[in-house]
Amino acid sequence: MKIPDLAELALRNLRESLLRNSLTTVGISVGVASLVAMLSLGIGLQQLFSRRLAKSGLFDTVLVTSRRDLRGMGREEERNGPMPGESRVLDEGARLEIEHLPNVIEAYPDIRFITEVRYDDKPHLTMIAALPASAKSNDAFDGMQGSFFSSDTAPEVILQKTFAEELLGKTPTRGVDDANVADLSKLLLGKEVTMRYAQRSASAAQPSPPSADAANSTDAGLGGVAYSVVSREQTLRIVGVADLDPESMRGPTRAKVFLPLKLAQSLHVMQPTDLREISRAASDQPVYSSISARVKNPAQVQAVEDAIKKMGFSTFSILDASRGLQQVFRVLYAFLGIFGSLALIVASIGIVNTLVMAILERRREIGIMKAIGASDGDVKKLFFAEAGAMGIFGGIVGVGLGWAIGQVINLGTNVYMKRQGFPPEHFWAVPLWLVVFAILFAFVVSLVSGLYPAGRAARLDPVQALRYE
Amino acid sequence: MTSPAATSHTDGTVAIRTVDLHRHYAMGQSLIRAVDGVSIEIATGEFVALLGSSGSGKSSILNLLAGLDRPTSGSVTVHDKNLAQLSREDLARYRRHSVGMVFQSFNLISSMSILENVELPLRFAEVEREHRAKQSREALERVGLGARMHHRPSELSGGEQQRTALARALINRPQLLLADEPTGNLDSHTGVEIMNLIGEFNRQMGMTVVMVTHERALAERYARRMIFLADGKLVDDRSNTPTSFAGEAQEVAPGGRA
Repeated sequence: MKIPDLAELALRNLRESLLRNSLTTVGISVGVASLVAMLSLGIGLQQLFSRRLAKSGLFDTVLVTSRRDLRGMGREEERNGPMPGESRVLDEGARLEIEHLPNVIEAYPDIRFITEVRYDDKPHLTMIAALPASAKSNDAFDGMQGSFFSSDTAPEVILQKTFAEELLGKTPTRGVDDANVADLSKLLLGKEVTMRYAQRSASAAQPSPPSADAANSTDAGLGGVAYSVVSREQTLRIVGVADLDPESMRGPTRAKVFLPLKLAQSLHVMQPTDLREISRAASDQPVYSSISARVKNPAQVQAVEDAIKKMGFSTFSILDASRGLQQVFRVLYAFLGIFGSLALIVASIGIVNTLVMAILERRREIGIMKAIGASDGDVKKLFFAEAGAMGIFGGIVGVGLGWAIGQVINLGTNVYMKRQGFPPEHFWAVPLWLVVFAILFAFVVSLVSGLYPAGRAARLDPVQALRYE
Repeated sequence: MTSPAATSHTDGTVAIRTVDLHRHYAMGQSLIRAVDGVSIEIATGEFVALLGSSGSGKSSILNLLAGLDRPTSGSVTVHDKNLAQLSREDLARYRRHSVGMVFQSFNLISSMSILENVELPLRFAEVEREHRAKQSREALERVGLGARMHHRPSELSGGEQQRTALARALINRPQLLLADEPTGNLDSHTGVEIMNLIGEFNRQMGMTVVMVTHERALAERYARRMIFLADGKLVDDRSNTPTSFAGEAQEVAPGGRA
């Protein structure tokens, strides 16, 4: 029998005992709904997580470090890569080279140091990091109060909110909401802080940095080596308070105070890696401990990483870090999927039951069909088609039901979240692939359920069936 | 009507041959020999009545001829096909294309209109949709039910239902029509109508007809040969001159074929 005929006959038969088949289909719907609800919760959580991660950056960022730093643990890499990379220095030349790689938007040195910031005459030790001008468009600074740096060299500073609280003498509390950032910024915006730092200055021939106060110079007298360390101060105006997560992975890890990049570069702040690069420091060029390369599209991160590795540097990106995370979510999916499928499996028993009943009722009809020329295969296919149709209908209704359940729970959770002072979140996501997958899954489960009844119907002896009144 | 009703319509070829046919059933501990060594030969175009009381094995033979059942031993050969050796799939194809069946209880599918009932064998034969509709309508018109084709079987009289069953049996143009007590559920007048139709198909299309009945009178009126069975065995096989056939055929046929 041809497929359109099968479908037509199957639908006709389903309509004949409408109530029973509807109830069975409802069973499948509930099963599919629970599966969809479970999986969309998992997907929603992952998306929530991914959004948080995206907020923290690094999806489009490749961290470049000199391979020398990783010596010992990177033996294999060294063997793969070209040997000249072995002695490659991460200097301005290398930065420009990386910046000119295809798909790289920009490459900027990661300047990061721990130093003292004075506010209201009280010293606070903190991690300071430099931000490139491009960070302004970064979603990491979405919730920032105030404004971004007026220019890349302006003596301005953006504070992380917990540090802002620290400056005001408050203890950080959990679950701080946006209003709090606004309060903090009201008190701090426009105020000034003084940053004390160690300047790395070339011993004799190097020109003084623009902001340096030459008279205040307390040359440590390391004249024998290539540079000296000078204590400096810099006054900075607070222009913004960001609710950036201090644990985020965006370039300046764990930094709580941010400076414009060009300004930070011009300060020639002593960096921990300077000690390691001491033999090279004779050159006029600054050597960077690490460079962040921003990639146009997360999909190209891998290619850029490979290209940079070929140049002889070590790289790190969220791709490396998120592999473990993906594993966690795979396990979560499997878990939620199994739970969600349970109801569907129960529903599939309903299909078996309904079809076995249908065989008993339609014994004679099956006999007639065989007598007028239906093959075993035709009868089998007809029962399969009925099971499959119930599966598809159940799947479609179930997806709708699951989506509705998700919406309701989403709404409920967000009402609760709002009461607890958290911003609303989208826990539930039903992507198209899940819709397609759920319906297909219901279809396949139904067909499997139809195996036994269809086989039984096909084997029915027509003589017996016709004798049966 | 050019062909004389009295002469045989057979062309001499053998349509059906059974050789030492057995069909046994296990019923609890005892063995029931429903068909017990029956050998018959039926020529193409014959109208044969299988006669016997209930339990004589006549229906069992019919089922074996229809390919609905397989012999325990012996052979059934229909148009050079040994049904005992066909696969289930081939038997289904044989039923689909070579046999038409009519039953005492009509065996129409109650959830379908009579048009759909008649169309059903064509679905199994995978005939194109437009051909199917046309053929089914024509078949129903031929049995005089053109106006009622969208009715369900339950809305029709017994005679009309049996006519529908006849239309369905003949839709695939089989060589063999098997009828199991076709008038058993009909009043005598309607029974005559149905028998006339069957006789007409036999004569006009040269279709071999095997009819099971327990009514000797019916067989004498229409069949050209009567085979008597008892306890699964053949007890008598005689030719017969249909008594009312010639006369009624001439009454009905010109009108029916005009």
